[in-house]
Amino acid sequence: MALWGAVIVSGIYHGVNPGMGWPLAVSAALFEQRAAALPRALAMLAGGHFLAMTAILLPFTVMLTLVEWEAQIRIGAGLLVIALGIYLLINRRHPRFLARVKPTRLALWSFLAAIAHGAGLMLVPIYLGICNYAELDRGHAAAGVLMGTNYGLAFVVAFAHTAAMMLAGGALALGMYLWLGLKFLSRSWFNLDVVWALSLVLVGVVAVISGHGAA
Amino acid sequence: MNLRPDPTFHPTAQLAMQAPVENYAFTVMLSPDGSQSDGIAVVDVNSSSDTYGQIVHQIIVPYQGDEFHHFGWNACSSALSPLTGHAFLERRYLIVPGIRSSRIYIIDVKEPLEAKIHKIIEPEEVFAKTGYSRPHTIHCGPEGIYVSTLGGGGEDGTDGPPGIFIMDCETFDIIGRYEMDRGKQDKHYDFWWNLPQDYMVSSEWGLPPQFENGIVAEDLLSNKYGHSIHFWDLRARKNVQTIDLGENHQMALEIRPAHDPAKDYGFCGVVVDTTNLQGAIFTWWRDDDGKWQAKKTITIDPRPEDPENLPELLKGFGAVPPLVTDIDLSLDDKYLYVACWGMGEMHQYDVSDPMNPVLAGKVELGGIARGTKHPNGQPFAFGPQMVEISRDGKRVYWTNSLYSTWDDQFYPDDEGGQMVMANVGENGGLTLDPDFYVAFPKGLRSHQIRLEGGDCSTDSFCYPNV
Repeated sequence: MALWGAVIVSGIYHGVNPGMGWPLAVSAALFEQRAAALPRALAMLAGGHFLAMTAILLPFTVMLTLVEWEAQIRIGAGLLVIALGIYLLINRRHPRFLARVKPTRLALWSFLAAIAHGAGLMLVPIYLGICNYAELDRGHAAAGVLMGTNYGLAFVVAFAHTAAMMLAGGALALGMYLWLGLKFLSRSWFNLDVVWALSLVLVGVVAVISGHGAA
Repeated sequence: MNLRPDPTFHPTAQLAMQAPVENYAFTVMLSPDGSQSDGIAVVDVNSSSDTYGQIVHQIIVPYQGDEFHHFGWNACSSALSPLTGHAFLERRYLIVPGIRSSRIYIIDVKEPLEAKIHKIIEPEEVFAKTGYSRPHTIHCGPEGIYVSTLGGGGEDGTDGPPGIFIMDCETFDIIGRYEMDRGKQDKHYDFWWNLPQDYMVSSEWGLPPQFENGIVAEDLLSNKYGHSIHFWDLRARKNVQTIDLGENHQMALEIRPAHDPAKDYGFCGVVVDTTNLQGAIFTWWRDDDGKWQAKKTITIDPRPEDPENLPELLKGFGAVPPLVTDIDLSLDDKYLYVACWGMGEMHQYDVSDPMNPVLAGKVELGGIARGTKHPNGQPFAFGPQMVEISRDGKRVYWTNSLYSTWDDQFYPDDEGGQMVMANVGENGGLTLDPDFYVAFPKGLRSHQIRLEGGDCSTDSFCYPNV
């Protein structure tokens, strides 16, 4: 349950971060001068984010077929997430290629932003933990059954995370569009770069410790 | 890096208008013959201050002969687009290029009264990394700091066309050329854009041999200066359309798009029409088919004058051309200010209907064969030139020098740098403030003005007005 909570919390966390794009939904509604443009832009952002999550989770699903290496995979994933966190702590630069994406390509932009900032990787240890529990529940089921369950879980995790992200970002976007006004944007935007990088490190450390325990 | 967006970044032009007013202005001081170092003057523009209207600090550079002209900020309201990831930059540095030396100074103005040089980029680095020379207009945008240049490579800047290059907005390293497909563009002057709509517009002055040693009369009369504006796919870095304004419309200079990014029109000033000496403003816009169009919407007639009173260059014409050298649009997109540097007038047009501008106010100051004095009785050398409007649209500042060698041709008897300010009436109209008159140190002329916290020709807004 705690792990599913982590999936939702990380979704809300990504959603409220302006850097993941909710102000673009407000901008779209203002440009078209109708509120309907807001959910459409939000859906494009969510679509890109969902794709980024699944693109990162699925390779790990495939690796999980190597059942006897499970602990090593979890430790490896944890180390990878820690490494990205440390990299982002040292290198505070934002990737310039994101600035080349056309403002109309919101889904592509959201996909690339999520990949570049490690939003997908942050989910990996949580996902691997959930797979582990599912496996314990089932005892020693056939590898094929486990594989199917893990694929399903990857989509459910990505979906739940993205839904939480979309709802959180959408609530802020709608609130700003309807009541708060654009002034709220510059007032509410906090520099989360360091917090973000530290959350990656934290998630990674937890994964390494629990992976070590499993081994 | 800040923890919150810089308080001078605003999502919309409307919000920028409501922000606190400017306390300081930064103005270029240039030595016309390179005998002194150029610099930036910090001018007190707080009317309740004891030093109101005085130069309260100067940043003097170590080299001579740079010839400062235009300059800009390292970061502006464009940083509030989440697309670019630069929300936490500080508006702190002025990027000041020398158009004669191609040297670029980065000046830290975090504490305006203690402003100092932060970094110097030597000309060799500009040449080596871009193949361009004579850097000019600065804008901060999606990929960093964009710098337009007036010259290509080689000694006289004619080896290849001039263009735009990009600088890193944190380290100020030069990254390289902007253009991937420049189309017909072979000269350069100003550029600006609409970030959400993803287009850029650029203009043309002339190549370095056409301006560095003075205006070349034969080139002007044979219409060899720039007369086209170029429309670009901003992020694809591609010229998508070139509009020739007509070869008689010589020197299409300043580009001023509407500040509200929901609008897709703007203005371009033309210095002189060689068929009748008029100055002109074109309105450009995107039509329903997505094609760019341009139409002449303002013309300003020359003033007949006894040739005896005219400089050598103009004697044959028996008239003073308006010479529209700078224009600026207020943040509410309502008033366009047009500097008539030759005639010695500053015009204010109501451009609420951009296709039908209406003259709303006018100030006479300086001017060829007229030399109107300031209301405080002091002289005003040359004519009204670089113009900058306060964010709230209530104060209009301007200086007087166009370009060292051109000043001397059009105003052979004038010398000096001045900066003045006019107040805008509730319903338009323009009146010089008798108490604001900055005389620059002896031997130095003045050019572009930047206002603390941003002004009407720096910030690009990413969100439409509500």
